[in-house]
Amino acid sequence: MTVTAEPAVGKRALPGATGPTPRRRTGRVRRVALPYLLLLPALLLELLVHLVPMVIGIVMSFKELTQFYIRDWGAAPWAGFDNYSLSVDFDAPVGEALLHSFFVTCAFTVLSVGLCWLLGTTAAVYMQESFRGRGFLRAVFLVPYALPVYAAVITWAFMFQRDNGLVNHVLHDQLGLTDSPSFWLIGDNSFVALLVVSVWKGWPFAFLIVMAGLQNIPRELYEAASIDGAGMLQQLRRVTLPSLRPVNQVLVLVLFLWTFNDFNTPYVLFGKAAPEAADLISIHIYQSSFVTWNFGTGSAMSVLLLLFLLVVTGVYLALTSRGRSAADA
Amino acid sequence: MTAPRSPMAAPRSFLWSRRIFLTLLTGFVLLPVYVMVSSSLKPLQDVSGEFRWLPSGLTIRPYIDIWSTVPLAKYFVNSLIVAGAATVCSVVIAIFAAYGVSRYRFHGKRLFTVTVLSTQMFPGILFLLPLFLIYVNIGNATGIALFGSRAGLILTYLTFSLPFSIWMLIGYFESVPRDLDEAAMVDGCGPLGALFRVVVPAAVPGIVAVAVYAFMTAWGEVLFASVMTNDTTRTLAVGLQGYATQNDVYWNQVMAASLVVSVPVVAGFLLLQRYLVAGLTAGAVK
Repeated sequence: MTVTAEPAVGKRALPGATGPTPRRRTGRVRRVALPYLLLLPALLLELLVHLVPMVIGIVMSFKELTQFYIRDWGAAPWAGFDNYSLSVDFDAPVGEALLHSFFVTCAFTVLSVGLCWLLGTTAAVYMQESFRGRGFLRAVFLVPYALPVYAAVITWAFMFQRDNGLVNHVLHDQLGLTDSPSFWLIGDNSFVALLVVSVWKGWPFAFLIVMAGLQNIPRELYEAASIDGAGMLQQLRRVTLPSLRPVNQVLVLVLFLWTFNDFNTPYVLFGKAAPEAADLISIHIYQSSFVTWNFGTGSAMSVLLLLFLLVVTGVYLALTSRGRSAADA
Repeated sequence: MTAPRSPMAAPRSFLWSRRIFLTLLTGFVLLPVYVMVSSSLKPLQDVSGEFRWLPSGLTIRPYIDIWSTVPLAKYFVNSLIVAGAATVCSVVIAIFAAYGVSRYRFHGKRLFTVTVLSTQMFPGILFLLPLFLIYVNIGNATGIALFGSRAGLILTYLTFSLPFSIWMLIGYFESVPRDLDEAAMVDGCGPLGALFRVVVPAAVPGIVAVAVYAFMTAWGEVLFASVMTNDTTRTLAVGLQGYATQNDVYWNQVMAASLVVSVPVVAGFLLLQRYLVAGLTAGAVK
């Protein structure tokens, strides 16, 4: 999300800068060095946990890093672009599976983000005006967000069990909608199961952000609109949704990145090997790396995933910021 | 709470659609919670056969048995240590960094914030593979066992808690008026004195919120925990799956254990949600 720019810093003289003191020179050196000293621990750790691993990850993607070289990966032979060409050779099994997983992830992400946004926005708009029980409902809606992922997803896995789960009990035994109890965690249904869990877990975040955005809309806008004769739906369309645009811009991007990279939900729901219909990309890379012990290919896939996310984010930001400036003009 | 949205009274149709929508949504949200709580109190035959909405009899047996079926207490302690240490480290480091960013102008400031923020978008799997290899190789070269150790896991958890903590604390520190710490410095405090005597006390709610959030994410993390732990350092995220590897899954125990591991974070979250929500949303709304 965005960090607001800080225009005013430095214009004001820093404390201690007024009047000459004997310690003036060391004072200035300290002042210049101070922000860097404050940042030093964070910089060192960022280097350690983000930058170095990223560089190594990129190097790994050019190596033939199979199980024989795990103990001493420096000794692994160079593979050039082999890992990449293997990953994107869509006629061969590895590339074909990756492409399939990519499409599954795209479909899943679009549906999940869309539904999360829709549920979150609808709930936030309905709860914009205060009513009895609003505070209580707000707390209830945050429960999926607060529950540890694995505890919540294990519960869903129980509900999706074929023979003793709630879902089949309701759909089959009580409503009679299906001829026989369905499998939810294997086969094509697994996509639906994954989507339901993901939306359940993800929509409260959209709700939170949209609610905060709604609080920033000046009341006068609604008053003016209602004086002009706008009904509730028109107020929603003319005032609420346009005012939410900057909030939505960030919200959708964050939801997209989280959903696209989600590992926890499919991993807890399905285990190490997800069914083909719900084979999300992060599980797929995990599988390619830790189950078959081919780290080189896994790394190449990770780098490709990162490039894809960078491109999408860049295009998205360019498009939305142009849209915003056009709207302002 | 906010002022009423519209000066006009809401039409009845709106009230009804709101009632229906919010009821359905509440049902959807609470369904797993109901299943978790009710199943955790059911005798075993209730959870191994066809699903029952109401238990045939109530029992607290699952809450006793969870501790012996898998070493849940050990996992609990591991999670507590790892999440606690990761939280303390990231909050302390983030306090210094956020103070530097919010109070000083320096070369590379923008680069720093952009880098910190952009690491948030990277898939965890991108760091997992290299960190795994780094730990294995450090272990081979020096004998320091990072792989499988709690220290190694704490370090990896900083990959997501640190950027987030820095980013949220910058927002909180900027909301503390600059005049306050400048006045403290005029009165003879050094910059660090001003930070700890003025800025930190003024931003306590924000710091607590960041800590709770960091703890929550570490408590719920699955990916790194599943690769980077061994039998003695396993956290709840991995340990809970131990119930499912039994020949027969004791679902009542699984649900009881899920509830037990959820209670600390859900309670903390609901108690502090006001601060947390303010921090989470500040960046997006600005």
